[in-house]
Amino acid sequence: MTTWERFLDTFFNGKVMLKYLPDILSGMVVTIELALLIVFSGLAAGLALALIRSLAIRPLNWLIIFIVDLFRSLPPLVIIVLMYFGLPYAEVSPSGFVSTWLSLALVLMAFSEEIFWAGITSVHKGQWEASRSTGLSFGQTLMNVVLPQALRLTIPPLTNRTIAITKGTALGTVVAVTEILGEASSAVSNSYNPSPLMMGAAAYLVLFLPVVVLARRLEKRFAWKR
Amino acid sequence: MTPQPIVDARAIHKHFGALHVLKGVDLKVAERELVFVIGPSGSGKSTLLRCLNRLEEPSSGSIVVDGIDMLDPRTDINHARQRIGMVFQSFNLYPHMTALGNVTLALRKVAGKSRAEADALGHAALERVGLADRAEHTPGQLSGGQQQRVAIARSIALEPRVMLFDEPTSALDPELVGSVLAVMRSLRESGMTMIVVSHEMGFARNAADRVVFMDDGLIVEQGPPAAIFETPAHERTRAFIGQIQRH
Ligand SMILES: Nc1ncnc2c1ncn2[C@@H]1O[C@H](COP(=O)(O)OP(=O)(O)OP(=O)(O)O)[C@@H](O)[C@H]1O
Ligand SMILES: [Mg+2]
Repeated sequence: MTTWERFLDTFFNGKVMLKYLPDILSGMVVTIELALLIVFSGLAAGLALALIRSLAIRPLNWLIIFIVDLFRSLPPLVIIVLMYFGLPYAEVSPSGFVSTWLSLALVLMAFSEEIFWAGITSVHKGQWEASRSTGLSFGQTLMNVVLPQALRLTIPPLTNRTIAITKGTALGTVVAVTEILGEASSAVSNSYNPSPLMMGAAAYLVLFLPVVVLARRLEKRFAWKR
Repeated sequence: MTPQPIVDARAIHKHFGALHVLKGVDLKVAERELVFVIGPSGSGKSTLLRCLNRLEEPSSGSIVVDGIDMLDPRTDINHARQRIGMVFQSFNLYPHMTALGNVTLALRKVAGKSRAEADALGHAALERVGLADRAEHTPGQLSGGQQQRVAIARSIALEPRVMLFDEPTSALDPELVGSVLAVMRSLRESGMTMIVVSHEMGFARNAADRVVFMDDGLIVEQGPPAAIFETPAHERTRAFIGQIQRH
């Protein structure tokens, strides 16, 4: 065997790959489920917090800022582990899947709240005044005038953050979630061959590359002339 | 002046923290009157206008506009504000909407018009400011003068009883000022009550019924344009008029 053939046999072993393909595919399904849950619940919660913050109720805002800073400073892995191993002491025992989902959703909530909030505050005061002077209420102004402008500004940082945090689903392996990386690494130890890891990498590319490309498109589309 | 002024502001005080910006301003404006407000920077002209539609909360005083007590907590302020148009120095058009979208937003959301009704009224308002053919343009595609005329259309579409203008031409290149003043003049001819803060003295001379001079949070003197500009009674007025006529 040449070196090249040995390389191929080790990292792209056809037999091993065929054998573990179903496992990797089922890992992909779990990753997709997790990712969608994290993105929708995390962004929705982040937007909700930013909207509540715009009401400018002092004690509520302190609380929001505290929560947001907390989840922005803790490493996601620590949150996952705390939730999975710590919550059972409080008589709740979330599964590894639920722990990973909630932890990453909280992290995304925290980061996206800051991004949404920055977007809302960057809209010029004159926009509020023009809208309010024509009789729109605070809520109508927020929804029709301020938020559409804020969202356009937030799309680039938001997509970056969302992709970065969603890739964190791989951390679920630590709490026995059978997502892509979990499936791939157990396949590696069962087969004594790293090929499944290559499949795992390919699976991440298949999942995230289109998202990254789509994000770039979105950013272009939502940039508008001032 | 008619016995029942359409704007009746009395003893308006406004503090920003320790700063006393309005020190007891009385302003009555009759229907169809055009009142021109002048005064040095920081004298409180903008603050006064913004108190009239309660964008700024006066510290004390009373404001009645078209029979509505603006400072009564029971007043539906959003309803009242439809009757008071406001035009800003920086236009403040919504950049994510077309000209027509700008003009129809409040018609749909506040006046409760259907989209078709709002569009018809919106087109009519844009026609009045000479921009019927720009309905589908976004603010970014319009010149400053055109943007300000869209902003005026956004206000008049709601058929206000009074219009407030805060330096409507100050942000414009000189060659674009005329088009905005022309729209304001035609508004005046249609009988709109207007309160205008501006440095356009030429416009004041031939369009204003009354010129009000403010300094340091107070109305120092007021009267017909000719009287204020040619024979001001107060030294501060004379100094201010001299200053702006020199430059
Ligand atoms: N929101 C605010 N907070 C604190 N101070 C303010 C605020 N708005 C205005 N002021 C102050 O109130 C004073 C009057 O301001 P105002 O804008 O009414 O003056 P103006 O006559 O319109 O001046 P200009 O000709 O420069 O527009 C100024 O000293 C200004 O700094
Ligand atoms: Mg001003």
